[in-house]
Amino acid sequence: MSVTYLEAIREAQAKLLRDDERVFIYGQDVGGTFGGAFKATKGLAKEFPGRVLNTPISEDAIVGTAIGAAIQGMRPIVEMQFADFSSIALNQILNNAGTHYWRTGVPVPITVRLPSGGTKGSGPFHSQSMESIYAHYPGLIVMTPATVEDAYTMLIEAVAIDDPVVYCEHKYLYYHLKADKLPEKGLPTGRARIARAGRDLTIVSYSAMVQEALAAAEELAREGLELEVVDLRTVKPLDTDTVLASVARTGRLLCVGESFPWGGATAEVIARITSQGFHLLDAAPQRLNAKDTPIPYHPNLWSAHRPNAQHIATKARALLRE
Amino acid sequence: MLLTRTLEEKLVSLYRGGLITGGVYIGKGQEAVSVACGLFLEKGDIFAPLIRDQAGRSAFGEPLIDVTRTYLGSRLGPMRGRDGNIHRGHPRNNELAMISHLGAMISVTVGALMAKRFKGEKNVVGLACIGEGGMQTGAFHEGMNIAAVEQAPLVVVATNNQYAYSTPNDREFACHDLVDRAIGYGFEGYSINGTDLGACLEVIGGAVKRARAGRPPQLVVASVLRLSGHGEHDDASYVTEDIKRQPFARDCLKVTEQTIIDLNLVDADTLAEWRKDAVAQVEEAIATAQKEAAPESDKEDWCALSTRDIADSFE
Repeated sequence: MSVTYLEAIREAQAKLLRDDERVFIYGQDVGGTFGGAFKATKGLAKEFPGRVLNTPISEDAIVGTAIGAAIQGMRPIVEMQFADFSSIALNQILNNAGTHYWRTGVPVPITVRLPSGGTKGSGPFHSQSMESIYAHYPGLIVMTPATVEDAYTMLIEAVAIDDPVVYCEHKYLYYHLKADKLPEKGLPTGRARIARAGRDLTIVSYSAMVQEALAAAEELAREGLELEVVDLRTVKPLDTDTVLASVARTGRLLCVGESFPWGGATAEVIARITSQGFHLLDAAPQRLNAKDTPIPYHPNLWSAHRPNAQHIATKARALLRE
Repeated sequence: MLLTRTLEEKLVSLYRGGLITGGVYIGKGQEAVSVACGLFLEKGDIFAPLIRDQAGRSAFGEPLIDVTRTYLGSRLGPMRGRDGNIHRGHPRNNELAMISHLGAMISVTVGALMAKRFKGEKNVVGLACIGEGGMQTGAFHEGMNIAAVEQAPLVVVATNNQYAYSTPNDREFACHDLVDRAIGYGFEGYSINGTDLGACLEVIGGAVKRARAGRPPQLVVASVLRLSGHGEHDDASYVTEDIKRQPFARDCLKVTEQTIIDLNLVDADTLAEWRKDAVAQVEEAIATAQKEAAPESDKEDWCALSTRDIADSFE
């Protein structure tokens, strides 16, 4: 038996609906016999009548409704059809959900699922990675699972957390990643994972870029270079300690993210490691992100726009020569 | 209405005396509509007031001391100095805490009502306030539509006070009458002159009753004139003389006082007693809040998450 990243997300939601009557799923096309644009809720509306609900194309109101329900004790899961469209719901997520506990003392336990990141041919409005925007604002947890196991356990954890969680699931991983079985338990929220141990250079990454980093590490291993790959798992909270410990071992840091290059999660990692671990670094830390243009449609352009294993390997080789 | 007017006039004088930091936003001229919004809600109902709804908040049960504590920055207030003036709320008591982005609270009210439906609570109603300014946002449109899709037991009371800050109606919308939108959203719509307390009680009370009974969501559009600036920093010099002569430009408090005297419901002495009592209540709430300590930055935990153990740490 094998289970994909997408199936893990579906299974996590099925378990949540089964185990917790406060949970309901709210989003465009999630209900009926359709089961979502990517089928992440396939069959759930039938199995859990009245709890997997289609909505109008109203991202602001979808999240607003979830917030109101959460304040009244429910545990809503919102599916954005694409992460890109969550821009319409930014106000509710950042200004309403993100400020509510601080202002009133009443937490807002919503989970907003964002099908994120690029796939071939998806273009500027169906490919974005929004984690850095959400991480910038106070009051939110931002999860970026990179494995099938984490996709499952972190979604269950997201719903258990009393605060709003933005859960960034990567569309490229939906069908590409498989695991033998689903775990009972994952690492605690906020703890990064050493995805591959190495001694020469630390690559810090999250979401689909972890898989690209692992492929790059495999390639460099054939050249006798041992890369350590850290999977952040959550970009907020950011596990600075695990990254610092890794850089203490390797002396070199490369941060890889799929989002746009100005600021963001990779810049945050470099800022923290430079200020807290400057003495550990043997070379200036580097970062690799997508290009500073909208995400292109054509595969030739798209594959050059986002970082991939070859880009990471090239950057890592250069950093190792420093 | 009288208590709200007394309270807000006192807040204005404190503001002018430099004793309130930030803004003061009052509901002068809108008290009749607002009080009707709070009066018909019962325990378990949801109320989403906006900035000119002190009368409704008081009618819903918000204690005066919450108002003065929030405006005067007492750390004992519901927002503990973290948010000010009219953003306060008591989500646990079903009084939602508005954000400044207008229209956003409509869908939040719908969600709160859906939660009650999920939990099997019956005969519950939600009432959300909006102005004609807020009616022009995308969030309002999305919220109204989703309310009707969910058949939420919701009443939306829209007070058209003629200006969005300084912008008059003719630059806000171009439809014939705002209440015509009700049918487009799948709401039932009603219009009132918001200076007529009797009409406000009858129509808003009726809308609450219909929503509670399972009728479609209800929209009530009330016409008034804002008898103040947008906030107390604003002299409202843009209000035209012509609009001040309109039937909705009357002072609803004066109209109400005259009406109840004319109808022999109260005599002038009783009214004077009420006024005295309102002043005493307001002065006590202000004196109490003024004696209380302000929040201290070194005692603030500076954590925006309730799950403190997983909050990010910044050095």
